[in-house]
Amino acid sequence: MSIILDHVYYVYSEKTAYETQALKDICLKIGDGEFIGLIGHTGSGKSTLIQHLNGLLRPSSGSIYYQGQDIYDADYSRKELRGKVGLVFQYPEHQLFAETVFEDACFGPKNQGLSKKEAQLRAFAALRDVGLPEEYWYRPPFGLSGGQKRRAAIAGVLAMKPEVLVLDEPAAGLDPKGRDEILGQVAALHRDLGMTVILVSHSMEDVANYVDRLLVMDQGSIRLDGAPREVFRHYRELEAIGLAAPQATYLMQELAGRGIPVDAGATTLEEAKNSILQAFAKIRTGRL
Amino acid sequence: MSFIKARSLKFEYIQRDEEGNVDGVLTALDNVDLDIRPGEFVAVLGHNGSGKSTLAKHLNMLLQAEEGTLWVDGKDAMDGANLWDVRKCTGMVFQNPDNQIVASVVEEDVAFGPENLGVPTGEIWKRVHKSLQSVGMEPYRSHSPNKLSGGQKQRVAIAGVMAMEPKCIVLDEPTAMLDPHGRREVLEAMEALNREKKITLILITHYMEEAVHADKAYVMDQGRVVMQGTPREIFSQVDTLQKYRLDVPQMALLAHELRKEGLELPEGILTRQELAEALCRLYGA
Repeated sequence: MSIILDHVYYVYSEKTAYETQALKDICLKIGDGEFIGLIGHTGSGKSTLIQHLNGLLRPSSGSIYYQGQDIYDADYSRKELRGKVGLVFQYPEHQLFAETVFEDACFGPKNQGLSKKEAQLRAFAALRDVGLPEEYWYRPPFGLSGGQKRRAAIAGVLAMKPEVLVLDEPAAGLDPKGRDEILGQVAALHRDLGMTVILVSHSMEDVANYVDRLLVMDQGSIRLDGAPREVFRHYRELEAIGLAAPQATYLMQELAGRGIPVDAGATTLEEAKNSILQAFAKIRTGRL
Repeated sequence: MSFIKARSLKFEYIQRDEEGNVDGVLTALDNVDLDIRPGEFVAVLGHNGSGKSTLAKHLNMLLQAEEGTLWVDGKDAMDGANLWDVRKCTGMVFQNPDNQIVASVVEEDVAFGPENLGVPTGEIWKRVHKSLQSVGMEPYRSHSPNKLSGGQKQRVAIAGVMAMEPKCIVLDEPTAMLDPHGRREVLEAMEALNREKKITLILITHYMEEAVHADKAYVMDQGRVVMQGTPREIFSQVDTLQKYRLDVPQMALLAHELRKEGLELPEGILTRQELAEALCRLYGA
């Protein structure tokens, strides 16, 4: 039960002057219930990769399997696949179009062929799951704040009951509180509903705080794959490809280098804080 | 002597129903006072919907307040007759790079502003060259903007404003849609203009790290200025900022947390270097 990409290649504008190799030999297995972060600078192939996961883009060569089935088999329904792998694009609120938030959330399930009643039940559940207060449900989406619109748009995808949720920079352009709220809500979907989540992000701090596994892309290939701690240990390699480690990691590296016995692999502020406090507790007891 | 001086600015968005009756009133600016000196780098912080973009639009008269006074470079910005003079001295850069590029070649885009001002051709080319150079985009002058990255496009937009030779540039969340690399490019270009050409810089943002190098910061909430001071003064008030839906820079937050746990760190730590130094001194390493 998983998504498998087997030697996937993708070329844009093949056989023209603009030919670009966007994905090169991607081999990847995404297990059920994983919470994965996908990072890489602009143009590294992140967006191309996620559009392969629900069959929006077809590999130039290589295969993709969803729950053991090749999604390009003649009898495989890619329309159904798009309901199972939900994709939330960047600035999804630009795609809100219905007259009310609630009608917008009904659109996906209706399109899947569900009855009006069932679609409404799905919309109810989805809007509740993203934490959008009920007073906004029957209003036009345009009067909502940025963070609320973002939630309404995510609800539109959740209403299709996907098993896998892929979000392309869901916090872009939101203020700090809005960012924490959205990411907290996504983490809750993963925790409470057991949803597989793939989070594309530019913020090292955000991925360090939330995900269990981190994929680093560069020039169409996956360069690093592991727990955030492991990946951020290679911060020099990350810098070479235009990325960086979280600030906490840099601080801890510097402190460890200057002889303070702290955990140089800490990636979150919480870890850094605890490790620094421990180091200072030791010298205090030592001096007493 | 202030470059921008505002007293009790007030602006309301009025929502009307289909018959034109007033449906609701949103006070976007509520008694705002500003004092910005020539050549200053000022950050305006606030959550989504706090009124910071509305304020920005007043500074070059895209919007005009209903009440209060606003002086920009000695001109009364409440008087419609001064519209073009005020716009000449205050340039704006917006959030989405794709919404502010008008030409199909980089140099033509940069030339658009001065051409509109009636600058002679020879002078336009000089300005295009100078502005593109100052944001590091001269090598791309004959490129098509749609092949540029977000950070590069945003720097072209800044060059376009530069070419009109304003005394002040207002940037409304110029990095919100960029990746970390593009963000750094734009910030560096912007800070260099302030440092080397003494252009007054007003940066509207909710990325706290971007405000660290500002001379002064204003924090807005519900249309009011609720805090003002140096970044150091503002970011030492962690709890107050969180009340206004904002963060403090990561390292300032860590220093604050460590201080709460009893480590004797000095107030006002903002950067990683400062925190590392303070911890090493405390540890005796």
